[in-house]
Amino acid sequence: MVRLRSILLFLLLFKSFGSIIAEEEDQIEQFSEALLLRPLPDRKVLAHFHFESKVPPTRTHGSHHHLFPKSIYQLVHKFRVREMELSFTQGRWNYAHWGGYDPISSRNAKPPGVELWATFDVPQHQVDASWRNLTHALSGLFCASINFLESSTAYSSPQWSFKSFATNIRYGTLPREAVCTENLTPWLKLLPCRDKAGLSALMDRPSIYRGFYHSQRLHLVSNEFDLAAASSGMVLEQTLTVVLQPVTLGSGMTSSAGSIQQPSWSLSSLFGRKVSGRCVLSHASNVYVQLELDLVSELKTTSETQQQYDVENLISQSWSDMSFEMSESAVRVIQEANGFQKESSLLYEFSLENFSDSRPFDLEFRWKRPVTWSSQLAPLQAHRFLMGSGNERGAIAISLKSVGRSEYAKSSVNDEGRCSLRVDVFQVVPWYVKVYYHTLKVFLDERLHSLADVVERTNVSPSEDKVSPGLMEIALRLPCDVHSVILTLEFDKGFLHIDEYPPDANQGFDIPSALIRFPEIKTKMDLFEDKSACKSPILSKLQEESPVLWYTEVLLVPLTTPDFSMPYNVITITCTVFALYFGSLLNALRRRVEEEERLLKSKAAKPSGPIGVLLSKLSAKLRGNPLEPPPPSSSSKVSYKLILRVILVAGIAAAWQYFYG
Amino acid sequence: MADAEPAKAKPRPIIRLGLFLISHSFIVSVACCAAGVFALLLLPVLAKNTYISENALMPGSASPMLSNDDVSRARMFVNKVVSFDFKTDSSSIGIQDLVAQHITDLGGEVNFHKFLPQANKFNPLHFFSSPDQGIAQENYTYSSYGINTVGFIRAPRGDGKEAIVLVTPYNSVKTSMGEALSLGIAHSIFSLLTRVTWLAKDIIWLAADSQHGEYAAVAAWLREYHTPSFDGSGRSLFESNASPTTGRKRPNDFLRAGTMAAALVIKVTDGSEIAERDVLNLYAEASNGQMPNLDLINVVNYLAVNGQRLRVKVEKLGSLLDSWWLRSLAELFHKLGTVARSLNPQWNFGISVAEYIEGTATLASSLYNQALGVPTGPHGVFRDYQVDAITMEISAKRVANYKNRPNELLLQGGRLVEGVIRSVNNLLEKFHQSFFLYLLTSPNKFVSVGVYMIPFALLVAPLPMVAASLFADSTRRISGMETKVASSPASSDIPAISFRSWRWLHAAKTVFIVHFWGAIVTLLPHFLSLVQDSPPLTNLLSWIILSAFTLLILQAILGSSLSLLHMNRTQVMEWTLLKSVTIAAACTGLCIMSVINFATAELGALMLVPMCLMARPLMLDAKAKTLKSFIRAACNVVLIFLVFPPVAYYLWKGALVGLDNARVGDFWNWVESLWTWNSATYIYMCMVHLPCWVLCVHTLVYPC
Repeated sequence: MVRLRSILLFLLLFKSFGSIIAEEEDQIEQFSEALLLRPLPDRKVLAHFHFESKVPPTRTHGSHHHLFPKSIYQLVHKFRVREMELSFTQGRWNYAHWGGYDPISSRNAKPPGVELWATFDVPQHQVDASWRNLTHALSGLFCASINFLESSTAYSSPQWSFKSFATNIRYGTLPREAVCTENLTPWLKLLPCRDKAGLSALMDRPSIYRGFYHSQRLHLVSNEFDLAAASSGMVLEQTLTVVLQPVTLGSGMTSSAGSIQQPSWSLSSLFGRKVSGRCVLSHASNVYVQLELDLVSELKTTSETQQQYDVENLISQSWSDMSFEMSESAVRVIQEANGFQKESSLLYEFSLENFSDSRPFDLEFRWKRPVTWSSQLAPLQAHRFLMGSGNERGAIAISLKSVGRSEYAKSSVNDEGRCSLRVDVFQVVPWYVKVYYHTLKVFLDERLHSLADVVERTNVSPSEDKVSPGLMEIALRLPCDVHSVILTLEFDKGFLHIDEYPPDANQGFDIPSALIRFPEIKTKMDLFEDKSACKSPILSKLQEESPVLWYTEVLLVPLTTPDFSMPYNVITITCTVFALYFGSLLNALRRRVEEEERLLKSKAAKPSGPIGVLLSKLSAKLRGNPLEPPPPSSSSKVSYKLILRVILVAGIAAAWQYFYG
Repeated sequence: MADAEPAKAKPRPIIRLGLFLISHSFIVSVACCAAGVFALLLLPVLAKNTYISENALMPGSASPMLSNDDVSRARMFVNKVVSFDFKTDSSSIGIQDLVAQHITDLGGEVNFHKFLPQANKFNPLHFFSSPDQGIAQENYTYSSYGINTVGFIRAPRGDGKEAIVLVTPYNSVKTSMGEALSLGIAHSIFSLLTRVTWLAKDIIWLAADSQHGEYAAVAAWLREYHTPSFDGSGRSLFESNASPTTGRKRPNDFLRAGTMAAALVIKVTDGSEIAERDVLNLYAEASNGQMPNLDLINVVNYLAVNGQRLRVKVEKLGSLLDSWWLRSLAELFHKLGTVARSLNPQWNFGISVAEYIEGTATLASSLYNQALGVPTGPHGVFRDYQVDAITMEISAKRVANYKNRPNELLLQGGRLVEGVIRSVNNLLEKFHQSFFLYLLTSPNKFVSVGVYMIPFALLVAPLPMVAASLFADSTRRISGMETKVASSPASSDIPAISFRSWRWLHAAKTVFIVHFWGAIVTLLPHFLSLVQDSPPLTNLLSWIILSAFTLLILQAILGSSLSLLHMNRTQVMEWTLLKSVTIAAACTGLCIMSVINFATAELGALMLVPMCLMARPLMLDAKAKTLKSFIRAACNVVLIFLVFPPVAYYLWKGALVGLDNARVGDFWNWVESLWTWNSATYIYMCMVHLPCWVLCVHTLVYPC
C-alpha cells in the first residue's frame, strides 16, 4: 500500500514537472538544492552548495526509496547511527577575512583533512564496535582512508565540549588526508541528479579544486530509532563550500588610495560552466546571493554622498546608482531582521524555474566602485602554536585574542551583573605527544592566573601509550573585557616502535586541530519572510541556532626518527659479533693444549726446509687432516718468510691488475 | 713481555698484536702522526662530488615564473627605499612602515616585532642547553629597540603546518644600496608568491632590523617565535612606548606559521669589477661547527650554476692560495695521480694543481670556521632551532652601476631564490637524506664524516698506546728498583711495595688537580666581567695572574704533588707515570670534543698530540749531552712555546690576516667572542688544552 502510494507520487512528480505538492510534504521523499554565493572582503567569492534529501521514517514510508541514497539508508540501519557528520577539507578557513560569526562559517569551516563524528543509538558497550564498522563502511564508500580512524588511538569520545547533550559520540580526525575528486565523485553519486543536471552541474573539477578552501560535508540526522518522539525520518544534508578567486582581467593589484576594486564575477567565470536548469527531481532549486551586514552598511555610506539612499533601493534592485549590479533580477529579496540594528544583511533569491539549456542561468555580479568592508568575526580569535625546540620536549599554546568588539557581550551577563564569556576548548592529542595536563597555565592579559579563577569545568582523559589519545575538554569563564588569553600545556615527545613509524616519518607528526567553541554565543539569521514562503531548506538551516565554532591550526611536531637503515647495520654488526664469538668459542673448545704442545715438540725435533713444509702441507691436504703448523725455528725467519710471501702475492696482484685490469 | 720465552704458551693473537704495538710505540706513534697529517692533506683529493640526495627536491624542474612585472614593482620599491630620507622621516614614518605597507599591498599579512638587543652574557652553566627565553637588558634606552617587519603568505591550499623563511637583514637607520637590493629581491619573490597556486608551505619574510647586528635581530625574532614569554611584566614599558608618533596603529600581534622547513638569508654586496660573472657566496657554518643539510647547499649551488649562471664560492683562506709548500705538495699529488693513471686508467684520483690548492684553502677555512664555533652569519641562529639555513650573499658587480641595468640583478637573484623555495616547497619531509657532518672543499665537492674521521683517528691512535707503554715501562722500572731496594735490608719500604701498583694515583691526582684548575680558569672571566669593565689588556693580564694564583693556591691546599722541590727518590722516577696519565687525559678530552665539535678536536689534536708525545724532562736531555737529546730538548721547548694558547692564537692570526695591527689585548677579545657565541671551543681550550699544556710544562721541568 505504502509502496503503491510512493510510486504514484513519484509519477505525479514527474508529470507535474517541478510543481511541488505542498501538502503531505512530510510524508514523501524530498530533495532540494541551493547555492549561496557571497562576495568576500579579500576579493574572493564564497560558493556554498547545499543539497538536502529527506525521507520519512520507515515505519510509515517503508524501505523503498526513489531519491534517498540507498547506501546511506543501509548504513544508518546497520550501525544505528543517530547523527553523523563527515567532512573532507582542503585548505584553511580564513576566519579573519571570511568571517567566523555567521551560520555558514560556524557550520562549514572544518579542519584540514577528514573529520568524522557520529552518535549511535546502541548500548554503551557496542558503540566502539559500531564506530569501527562505520569507519570501514565509509572508507569504502568515499574512497578515503577513514578506516584509520578505527584504531582506538585515533578516536576519542568527547563529553560535552564538542557537542552539548550528546551521548555515545565518537570523534576522529585525519589531518593529513589528501582530498581530491576521488572523494567528490562518490559524494556526488548520493545526489539524485549527480552532477548531470541542476546546480551540481557547476562543479567543474579543476575550478573547484583551484579554490582557496574546499570542504565537502555530509551531515546525517536520523530519528528512525526514536520510538517515543514524533519521528521525522532521515535527513541527509550535503554541502560543498568553496572559496574561489575570480579571474581578474588586467592588473587588479594596483591600489589607489588604499581601496581596491573588487573583481566582478559570474557563475561562468567562477566555475567555467553555466546552469542549464534545475535538477528535475528537486522540489526547490534556488541560487542566493548574500550581502553581509557590513557590506550593506558600507554600500549605504558610499552611495549616500550622491543620492538619498535607502535599503529599499537595494531591495528593489534599481542598480543605477549602486556600487554593484547583478545581471538577473531576483525573485525576492530577504532582509535579516536584526532587532536592534538599522542595517541588516540581505539575501537575493533567484529561482532556476525558468532556465533551460537554451537559456542557461549565468548570474553576473559587477562591481562599479571600490568597496571595502569586513566580515563579522568571532568574539575571540584563536590560534595555536608550538613552543620550544629540540627533540625532547615542547609546549602547546592556544592563544585567544579579542577582536575588540563588545557587542557579543550583551548576551552573556551572568547573575551578578558581571559580563562574562564562556569558551570551551576541545583538544585531542595523539599518545606519542605526552601532554602533562597538570602543567596547564592560563595567562589573562599577560598575567598568570590560577586555574580556579578561570576554569569552570574540565574533563581530561590522559593518553595511554598505544591505546588511546589524550583528550582535554576545558570550559573557561572569561571576563568580557579580556584582551588576550593564552593556555599553555607542556609535553614530552615519545618514542615509537620502529614499525609504528609511517613511511614519511621525517615529516613530523600531526596534532589535530583543537576546537574552540563559544556555547553561549549563538549565531543565526532571523529572516523577514512570510511563513508560507519558508520552503527552502537552506534558509531554515540558516535560521537554526548554532554555537560559534573555531578550529585552530593543525600542528606539526617533529619527533626523533631512527635511522631507517639501522636494521641493516644492526644485522651486520650482530652477525659479526656472533661470528667472532662462536669462532673463538669453538676454537677454545676444540683445542687440546697438552696434545698441541706434545706435537710441537715432536715436530721441532724434525728438521724441515721450505720444501718439506710444502710437502707436509700437501700430504695433510690429501689426507684431509688439519695441518699442524711447524714450530718456527726463529721469529725473524718467520717474519722474513711472511714478508716474502706477502710481497709475492702483492706483486702477482699488481701484475694481474696491470696486464688484464 | 715482548721477549717472552717461546716455550711459554702464546697469548691470543689480538693481545700479541697489542703488545707488539705497545713495545714499538715510538715508531708506531711517529708513523701514525705522520699518516694523520698526510691524510689530512690528502682530504681534498678524496673529496667527492656533491649530488642531490633527496629526490623530492627536483631543483630546476620548473621554469622560473618570476616575471618582469614583479621585478619592476620591486624596482620601484628599491627606489623608494634608497630615496627614503632617514633624517626627516624617521620621526613620522619609519622604513619599517614602508616595508609593511608594501607587504600589505601585495596581499600578505604583516606584523612588527619589537626587540631589545640582548647582551650576550657568558653563562658557563648554559652551554649546552637549548636556547632559552632571553632576559631583556635592564638598562636599555627607550629609543634603542629594533623593529623587525615580518610578512606572511599563507599557502592557498596548504594546511599551514610548515613554513619557509626568507631573511633580509637591513639597517633601518641607514640602509645601504646592497641592503635595499636584498629587500628588493625579497619583494619580487613575495609579489610572485602571493599569486602562485603551487605553494604548499607558508612563506615568512623577515626584514630584520640590523641596527644592533644581523644576528641579534634574527635571534630575537626566533626566540619570540619559539619560546615566547607570556608574562608581560617587562613588556608593558615597551608597549606604552610603542610608536607614539605614528598615527597608524601598528600590528603588533605576533604572527606565526608552523614549523620551519628551511631558511634563506639573502644579502647583496658590492662585488669587484674584475669578476666576469656575478658571484654567489655561500655561508653555512652555524654555532659549534653545525652545518645545514648538504642538500640545501646542493640545491642552491645547482640552481645558481645551472639556472642563473652565477659563480658560486665558499669561503677560503686566502693566505694559503700562494704558499710555496702547498703548491709543491699539489704538484706531488698531481704527479702521483698521473703515474697511477698511467698504470691503470681507472685509477682516477689525480687532481690538478690549482684544484688541489683551492680545495685545501677552502677545506682549511671550513675547518677553521667550524672549529671556531662562531656562526658565520644570521643563518646560525636557525640551526639552534634545528632549522636548516644558509646565507646567500650575491656579490654583484652591477650594484655600482645599478642605475643602468636595474632589473637584471633583481631578476637573477629573484629567480634563484624562487627556484630554491620551489624545491624546498616540494619537500614532503624535512631535510634528512643528505649529510649533516661534512667539510666542503669547493661548492660542489665535500668530504663526508667517514673520510675526515680518518686523520683524527690516526692522530689520536698513538695516545693510548704511548700511555700504556709508558705505564708498563714505569711499573717495570719501579718494580726493578724496588727489588733492588728490597734486597738492601737497610731501607725496606714496606708500604711502597704493597702499594706499588697504585703508584699511578699520585700522577692521577696531579692531573686531576690541573684539570680542576682548568675548570676554574674557565669560570674566571665570568667573574671578571661581573666585577669590572676595563680594557681588554687589563682583563687579559688579570685573568692570567688570577689563573696562576689559583694554581698556586690549589697546589697549597690539595697537596704538594706539583711542587718540584720536595720529592723523594721514588717520586722522581714518576715523570713517565705523569706523562702517561696526562696523555690518557688528553686522549679522553680530544675524543669527547670530537663528538661535540669535530673540527676543534681535529685542530686541537694537531697541536696537542706532538706536544704530549714529545714531552720529556729537560734535565734528562741535558744530562745525556748528545746531539739527539739536544734536538729533542729544543723541539720540546719550541712546541711548548707554540702551543701556549695566546701564542697559538697570534700565530693563527698572523697566518690568516697578518700581524700588522695585532695587539696584545686581541686575545682577550677573541676569547670574549668565543664565550658570547657559546662556543664549545672555549671550554675545550680551558679544560683540555690548557691543563695539558701545564702538565707538559710540568713534565719538562721535572727534576731528574
